[in-house]
Amino acid sequence: MRKFPSPLAGLTPLLSHLVLLIGAAFILLPFFWMVLTSIRSPSEIFSVSFWPIPREFYGWENYGEAFGMVPLLRFMLNGVIVCLGILVVQLLVAVPAAYALAKLPFAGRRLLFALVVGALCVPMQVLALPLFMGLAEFNLLNTYFAMMLPFFLSVFAIFLFRQTFKSYPDEIIQAARLDGFTELEICWRLVAPSALPAISAFAVFSLVAHWNDLYWPMIVVSDTKLAPPPLGMLFFTNAEAGSNYGALMAGATVLTAPLVVAFLFARRQFIQGITMTGVK
Amino acid sequence: MSAISLPTDISRRRDRRRGYAESLKGWTFVSPAALLLMLIYLVPLAMLLALSVTDYQLGAVVTGFVGLDNFERAFADPVFQRAFSNTLLYVAIVIPFGVGLALVIAILIHQRRRTRSLYEIIYFLPVTATLVAMATVWQFILHPRLGPVNKLLQTLGLPETHFLSDPALIVPTLAAIGVWQVVGFNVILFLAGLTAIPRELYDAARVDGASAPLDRFLTVTWPQLGPTTMFVTVTTSITAFKVFETVAVLTKGQRGTEVLLYAIYLEGFQYFEMGYAAALTLVFMTFVLLLSVWQTFHLDRRVHY
Repeated sequence: MRKFPSPLAGLTPLLSHLVLLIGAAFILLPFFWMVLTSIRSPSEIFSVSFWPIPREFYGWENYGEAFGMVPLLRFMLNGVIVCLGILVVQLLVAVPAAYALAKLPFAGRRLLFALVVGALCVPMQVLALPLFMGLAEFNLLNTYFAMMLPFFLSVFAIFLFRQTFKSYPDEIIQAARLDGFTELEICWRLVAPSALPAISAFAVFSLVAHWNDLYWPMIVVSDTKLAPPPLGMLFFTNAEAGSNYGALMAGATVLTAPLVVAFLFARRQFIQGITMTGVK
Repeated sequence: MSAISLPTDISRRRDRRRGYAESLKGWTFVSPAALLLMLIYLVPLAMLLALSVTDYQLGAVVTGFVGLDNFERAFADPVFQRAFSNTLLYVAIVIPFGVGLALVIAILIHQRRRTRSLYEIIYFLPVTATLVAMATVWQFILHPRLGPVNKLLQTLGLPETHFLSDPALIVPTLAAIGVWQVVGFNVILFLAGLTAIPRELYDAARVDGASAPLDRFLTVTWPQLGPTTMFVTVTTSITAFKVFETVAVLTKGQRGTEVLLYAIYLEGFQYFEMGYAAALTLVFMTFVLLLSVWQTFHLDRRVHY
């Protein structure tokens, strides 16, 4: 088979591999150094050796210390609670709204859709100040609820699901109505399952975005016990700055691992879910 | 069929009644979303506008109307000026490198067959990795004495470099980390764009005499990738304007390294100067808004399920 004619085909494959490998080294350097440092002994960390195999395996000590210094498992549990809480409410709110916007005629539909599109242009950071004041007013700071509230509505989910639902055949909906399906059943049992690829792509996007978010948790949470992984990592860095790099890198490895491992297992879903948005 | 034989006024009344019923059904479906839209977007935006013309401080008893004073204060404030110019410098570095490198890498990966998915995985890793944790790792890697980068510079006979404390180097270093994080994301977008270019265009270009790689790039690839490049550039600039995590971990805005979001964070959530922070937020928003409006109107074409 003839090779695909590409604009840089004149470069020998060797040269293009060389460029790609140099880039890959730059990309992988922090991951490599993080894991390597997490299993090295202090003396080896301080001698800054490039030798990729630790002379003395020090993983137990470093990981043990990391788990002892900060509640890493608690951080991850917080991350799971917050991410799942957000995702469940997002879907419960967005799926019916998107179904109505796509398939049910109602007064004010165009206005509502215009508002959804308008809201898509507003970054969350713009809303942070008034939302923080509202939560402070009701004494809700330092709660899981405060971390989740601004994200309960995903206008992006409504937009995405509406586009997807629109292509669902009207005849089937009509037939289902005649068969005695309620509108809620049509929405959740017929239309939503047909859009499963879009819903799961959104789920990946939502989970990754909120697992990694620092800005909002940093604003509403100061209690270490409630910190999700990024905020927990920040507490760890601030508390242990400069003292114990082995443990610090072990902590970073533990907190980064869940998403990286999930990504390696579900590569296609991750790439699709994150890049479809263009919005991070 | 029976509807046709009904007297028109009855059928019209029934139509109208059904219209109300349908409207009601629609509204019950959208009501949670509409309520949250009010609560999370509309009311806070109105509050933000109102706050920006006051001198409100969290918990203050007396609050006054100050007109546009907050905005005047912002542009006269050396801290905000620094935040502003640092952000622009950051964006000015991240855009060309984040987009340009991604384009080159995407073209090279696109030529590969067996190793394509391997490279995709590698370049995409930083996108999923928790940036706060990776920023901590970068801090260690760039450490003047304990980091491998300085060790390498030392073996090459170069002087010890303080990437994260030398004022001239901090923002470029943060930008380099920004490029590291965003490049894989852009590579995937460019790969999608490259895959969509019809093969015949290259054949046609060859017939027309554009056979050198650079000719083919200029006559086919670059023009065909136009919309993708535009989208990637806008997305990258929005991401770059929102730089926050690396600053929060690596410098905390010290040594003159404030950026827009970090300055807002400090004024609003550390010093509780709500009125002033609201004004800063509006300045930040004007920058991002144009970009995100453009992006939103091109989202439709990207969402293809």
